[in-house]
Amino acid sequence: MKAVLRVVEPGLFTTVQDLGRPNAIAAGVPPGGAMDRFAHRAANLLVGNAEIDATLECTLSGPHLRAEHACIVAITGADFEPRINGTQVANWTGIFVSPGDRLTFGARRAGGRAYIAVAGGLEGDRWLGSASTNLMAARGGMHGRNLKAGDQLTTAREASRPAVSGHHLPERLRPRYTDHTLFAIAGPHIKRLDAESRRLLFGATFNVSREADRMGYRLDGPRLATSGDELLSFGLAAGAIQVPRAGQPILLMADHQTAGGYPVVATVVSASLQVAGQLVPGDELRFAEVTIERARQMRQSQAAALDSLRDDLR
Amino acid sequence: MRIHALGDTALLAELGTRLDTALNTRAIALAAALKKRRDVRQAIAGYASVTVHFDPEQATPDSLGAAIKRLAAKRPPMAEPGRLHRIPVIYRGPDLEEVAEKLKLTPQRVAEIHSRPIYRVFLVGFVPGWAYMGPLPEELELQRRHVPRTLVPAGSVAIAGRQTGIYPLPSPGGWHLIGSTSVKLFLPDRDPPCLFRAGDRVKFFASTT
Repeated sequence: MKAVLRVVEPGLFTTVQDLGRPNAIAAGVPPGGAMDRFAHRAANLLVGNAEIDATLECTLSGPHLRAEHACIVAITGADFEPRINGTQVANWTGIFVSPGDRLTFGARRAGGRAYIAVAGGLEGDRWLGSASTNLMAARGGMHGRNLKAGDQLTTAREASRPAVSGHHLPERLRPRYTDHTLFAIAGPHIKRLDAESRRLLFGATFNVSREADRMGYRLDGPRLATSGDELLSFGLAAGAIQVPRAGQPILLMADHQTAGGYPVVATVVSASLQVAGQLVPGDELRFAEVTIERARQMRQSQAAALDSLRDDLR
Repeated sequence: MRIHALGDTALLAELGTRLDTALNTRAIALAAALKKRRDVRQAIAGYASVTVHFDPEQATPDSLGAAIKRLAAKRPPMAEPGRLHRIPVIYRGPDLEEVAEKLKLTPQRVAEIHSRPIYRVFLVGFVPGWAYMGPLPEELELQRRHVPRTLVPAGSVAIAGRQTGIYPLPSPGGWHLIGSTSVKLFLPDRDPPCLFRAGDRVKFFASTT
């Protein structure tokens, strides 16, 4: 379609993401997709897109984009103080942008990953059913890489009519990115932890180490002692907390390895993966054990928040 | 069989804990049967397990767990023999001499033993195109390297424990590198993007090119 935005500065690490390629797991390809799917979905709904449309995922800092055509954008997720032509604009809100307008960002106030949706959905290279960027395979999104200055962003199709700005997600329905409690369900190998390590898992404070990216986060903090024979490799899931022999836990994220043999002592529930997806090196976090039933309630209240956006647009 | 929660939208069904062709055959058949269900988004066979990603609006862990047990109790259909791949290997890997020394064999003999069996692809995973293959003959059984390499070249043929594998992409790795192959395992522009599938068979042969 048409080039709607030009990349003046790409930001620290900005990639095209959608909801990933779950059907490729059997080939060992990470599922990928937005780290914070709630923010990704909300951004799309705010501009009248489908939830599966591609958005930009901006890590730690935002890009500088120049509008080539009139369009509607929405910025969700982390608060990097978005601005249009230097004037601060609201997060979680659909905004009209005119040709020549400049979208820039200020300081990082909360969260680690902001999402930018454009009405019509962003165009990206499709690979195995998804436009999500996979750096290892150098496929998907913007030619399998993060954005660089000079890139042109095009929309996948005409935006739906009439164009409406001002849709927003009320504050009370937004995730609280400053609360880093991740709710988790005890995992298949929880019994391999000794009593003290189990207490630490669901009680101690951990820090996201410098070894943290879209694949997963190594966590600094107390070491967790596991016992037992080596496990045969099995299929993994995002949110799984692996504990290698040395005892430093790893929280698996969107681009996680598809199989592994380390004990999985707990798994972060889907409603908490959004907050997990906002974490960056240095952030503190803790795990709190929940039941499947509680996880269901949390999931449903997030779905209801997104449904309210959909109703809003009718 | 034991069924564990893997968060609120996935289950891990363990059929056993042994590296065993019959268990793996059952896991692959169970994953195939589960994939046909509407409440199942994805089912991935491990060595002796199946990881099942489900739609939490259509199934509960209890209802799906019961269905998994029912399906696993059925006799699996006769597994067809997997596709057979013949893979040329130059047995000149950087660890070949050391491996031979540790096993009290000659490098030549390590190559002969490694290329003797027809291996089974137990699962594809970890990184794109990686296949866990085995069982490796006991004569070649070694623990992983104490210090993993930070970069293993693509195409490296490696062994560890009772397993063998080929690195599809340049990546870190702790297995012993005994050779290399020019065959490409990761085929990003094909769907599926890998040469091997779970259940396939692989025969290595010594080559000079």
